[in-house]
Amino acid sequence: MLQDVSIISALWKIISGGDGDFYSIILLSLEVTLTAVTLAGCVGLPLGAMLALTRFRGRLPIIVVINTLMGFPPVVAGLVVFLLLSRSGPLGGLGLLFTPQAMMTAQFILVLPIIVALTRQTVEDLWSEYADHMTSLGVGRIGSIPTLLWDARFSLVTTMLAGLGRASAEVGAILIVGGNIAGYTRTMTTSIALETSKGDLPLAMALGVVLITITLCINGLAYGVSRIGAKLAGGR
Amino acid sequence: MRDVTSMLPLKLQDIALEVDGRRLLEVTATSIRNKRRTVVLGPNGAGKTLFLKVCHGLLKPSSGRLDFVAGKSDAEVRRRQAMVFQKPVMLRRSVRGNFTHALAMAGFGWRERRRLADETMAHFGLSALADRPARVLSGGEQQRLAIARAASLNPELLFLDEPTSALDPTAARQVEEMLELLRAHGMTLVMTTHDLGLARRFADDILFFHNGRLLEQGPADTFFTRPQTAEAQAFLENRLVW
Repeated sequence: MLQDVSIISALWKIISGGDGDFYSIILLSLEVTLTAVTLAGCVGLPLGAMLALTRFRGRLPIIVVINTLMGFPPVVAGLVVFLLLSRSGPLGGLGLLFTPQAMMTAQFILVLPIIVALTRQTVEDLWSEYADHMTSLGVGRIGSIPTLLWDARFSLVTTMLAGLGRASAEVGAILIVGGNIAGYTRTMTTSIALETSKGDLPLAMALGVVLITITLCINGLAYGVSRIGAKLAGGR
Repeated sequence: MRDVTSMLPLKLQDIALEVDGRRLLEVTATSIRNKRRTVVLGPNGAGKTLFLKVCHGLLKPSSGRLDFVAGKSDAEVRRRQAMVFQKPVMLRRSVRGNFTHALAMAGFGWRERRRLADETMAHFGLSALADRPARVLSGGEQQRLAIARAASLNPELLFLDEPTSALDPTAARQVEEMLELLRAHGMTLVMTTHDLGLARRFADDILFFHNGRLLEQGPADTFFTRPQTAEAQAFLENRLVW
């Protein structure tokens, strides 16, 4: 009971601005996650479609590897980016370690395989339906990519949401490459990890509630928009 | 309209299509003649659809020759023919979107696309459906959209695979009226069907397939009154066993 009350008072404290960093933490979390997912979408959607429609040697092993990478441990992804960006690493000269950009890079790497793998499956299914029609119109496989991505748009919203889920829930990678620096690279998830290890469980829990609420809102919005769109277009 | 530069007749010589060692289609010699209505007849599994897909260039025959009039580039030959499939492919867009997409793929500019789409829809009585999602249309409406969409590309040669097979009598009649409009427009039509009534009303020429082989061909009157093969005779009397 006491615990419940302290979660609510902690929640009230952070929302009412008693904890000044709170809103900047939320903003940074959203900025990192949305940027990473958007970029992964820009790369992953066409890449997934290419993988669905092209036929080349080694395509099947690549598909298996990408499917496997959907479960790539975030901590390992963080470690890889850390090694790349660290002072003595190949990209050390960029000075990006412990910056929001480093966190975006790590999340990009985590989200990309999910978007590529799910897009490939969706586009491949749609192609089996559209192939004759597109070929009849004189359009080849590669030329059909924009048509297929557009016509699969309602399924692909779910793909993007899966990517968003992976990114927004993730802590291992951004903790390693971002460093959880207060006011600079501290996000919702790294704060929760920090507060938990400090023993401030009510605050950690309150932050968790806020994170889940925000994720729920984004998902609800995206799903709603795509359902309405699907209804208007008579699609799935 | 296009007689001077027509790419027809399409001549087929010794065409065979084999998949995994099985011979699915065999055509010794035939041709698709300009401005004629050719009906491809035969029971299910006779190879009618395969024949259409080979003619349309969707399937590459294992051997044989398929020639349009000399001097036409592949791209031009492709652009001047279209096909309507047995199960019409409806893009997840509005009815108008289905037209503008096909026209865009054919290289028409934005303004031109909309104009042609609206004209075609008006011509075939589809204007009222313009903003409806194509995939919620009835079967008959979808088939008419698919035919009108192919027609909007103004092909010289149009293939239709069982255009009336899944339709009720009213919708089938509407489709038949559309085909009449296309014929009047000077389009060369090649259609598969197992509706003998439609074939009798519609065909100028008949190609009769059985077990993947082109068994009999010729003018429709001759075929319906004096079929040459026992199989054709049996098919016309609805007692062909396959």
